[in-house]
Amino acid sequence: MSQVPENAPQHCPGTDSEAAGKAEACAGCPNQAVCSTLTHEPDPAIAEIQKKLSRVKHKILVLSGKGGVGKSTFTAHLAHALAADENLQIGVLDVDICGPSLPRIMGTEGETVHQSGSGWSPVYVRDNLAMMSIGFLLGSLDDAVIWRGAKKSGMIKQFLRDVDWDKLDYLVIDTPPGTSDEHLSLVQYLSGAGIDGAIVVTTPQEVALCDVRKEISFCRKTSVPVIGIVENMGDFVCPKCHKTSTIFPPTSGGAIKMAENLGERFLGTLPLDPRIAKCCDEGKSFIDEIPDSPAVAAFKSIVEKIVDYCRDVVKNKEVETGEASMDVS
Amino acid sequence: MNHLSAVKHVIIVLSGKGGVGKSTIAVQIALGLHAAGKKVGLLDVDLCGPSIPKMFNLEGRDIHQCPEGWLPVYVDKEQRIGVMSIGFLLEDLNDAVVWRGPKKNAMIKQFLSDVYWQDLDYLIIDTPPGTSDEHITVMEALRAYNPDGAILVTTPQAVAVGDVRRELTFCHKTGIPVVGIVENMSGYVCPHCSECTNIFSKGGGRALAQQNNVPFLGSIPIDRHLTLSVDTGKNFLESNPGSPALTAIDHMVKKLMAIDKDLP
Repeated sequence: MSQVPENAPQHCPGTDSEAAGKAEACAGCPNQAVCSTLTHEPDPAIAEIQKKLSRVKHKILVLSGKGGVGKSTFTAHLAHALAADENLQIGVLDVDICGPSLPRIMGTEGETVHQSGSGWSPVYVRDNLAMMSIGFLLGSLDDAVIWRGAKKSGMIKQFLRDVDWDKLDYLVIDTPPGTSDEHLSLVQYLSGAGIDGAIVVTTPQEVALCDVRKEISFCRKTSVPVIGIVENMGDFVCPKCHKTSTIFPPTSGGAIKMAENLGERFLGTLPLDPRIAKCCDEGKSFIDEIPDSPAVAAFKSIVEKIVDYCRDVVKNKEVETGEASMDVS
Repeated sequence: MNHLSAVKHVIIVLSGKGGVGKSTIAVQIALGLHAAGKKVGLLDVDLCGPSIPKMFNLEGRDIHQCPEGWLPVYVDKEQRIGVMSIGFLLEDLNDAVVWRGPKKNAMIKQFLSDVYWQDLDYLIIDTPPGTSDEHITVMEALRAYNPDGAILVTTPQAVAVGDVRRELTFCHKTGIPVVGIVENMSGYVCPHCSECTNIFSKGGGRALAQQNNVPFLGSIPIDRHLTLSVDTGKNFLESNPGSPALTAIDHMVKKLMAIDKDLP
């Protein structure tokens, strides 16, 4: 991807190109000195991250263009559901630097991170479920992280490179809303280690879908495979009369229609159950707390689809490389 | 030419959390002030997820250039509500704006300096979630214009209130006065049995306002007509008289206008 600035001279080779600053067209360009001194080698961190994450089997991103649709709730419960199998090791990484909500949702608020010889030790939610968030590095709950993009990217690099996850079966990465610094950095830094795919979370109304379409366009631009689309906050079931009603109306056909139009896979709808929000506030897993909720069954079926997808990714890789998996378990 | 100096009041709508209704509230405030006879501008600085054009049913409209700068897109014939958003500059609505901070900052600076708002009573600025580039840039640029302050939007549950607490700290650190806190999506009344369920808990916004000694501007109940209105770009204030959400919005707008008078 070569970048040509709008005000560049004619025949500009692009700021990322090998010839930047050296081409004939660069003579007299005010940016020439900057371009010619830039190194065009990839960031060494990419290789370091690849090495660090080489024992992480699956890397999944949870994305959404829109905020407040339930990315963190989904991430946390995907991790809980995967960790129900005691033989699996799960890691959760929160790269929402300005609004980290995972510590609250996973009931680890107030924990701190320890430094060891091999890096930062993550915080353990249970024996086989570890997590890392900037929330653990802040002194108080009121602390705001007022950082511009470059600084956020530096933090994300550190999270990917310096956290001592050890061996993991799944690393689930929760992201902030949007398509900006955090997302670009993640994709860039993980380009060596590889991403299995992204789960895109949305709510049914068109105002949310608008932004989610942009996120899918981002995934395509950056070649991140989309595992599928999850619709959260579907129909509301009244706890008193058990009748359903729609709070966020799918005026344009909802996520299922959008998935169909974009040719992406639709993973399922999660109903709006007020008890889920309560569980999140209390840092408990709604899968364990309210097993009777229709949301639990819907959630489990979505998780199954994700696990199947990840298994296929590994299989396809084996076919491609002609090698059997390194992992004997 | 300095277009912002002709604007009487500048109000920024903020929230650390996404999806709490910043844009919805910004639109309702604009409509409310308009209904009270004010001339209003609405600037959308959410570059990665602009929702304002959709909420006013202005998708697909273009921005026109005049000698003084960019002309906002007007919602009404009388040109009393003007809107500016990156949504008007995108060729395809599904296009992602994949920009890092510096490029976003340049765009926002251009929005703040080049839009020819003319003589506005109120300029409402809608922001993306967080406390990062967009917010720092807006605050830095606005400091010279003595803005009225920021309205913080939250939903009642602790997860959202946690992020809004950080936004309060942001306001203190950047020296922007807090006009007040609005709690959105407070309770939902079941259309079948009229039972009110607090889907996202209750009272978090009021408690936060009390703890931090800032005005509480009210709680807006969940109203499916409101979500429907913003999804289809209809004027909620005109089409749903008597709804409890409408009353709450009315109160909020009145408080806003009253608070402004007390400011130096």
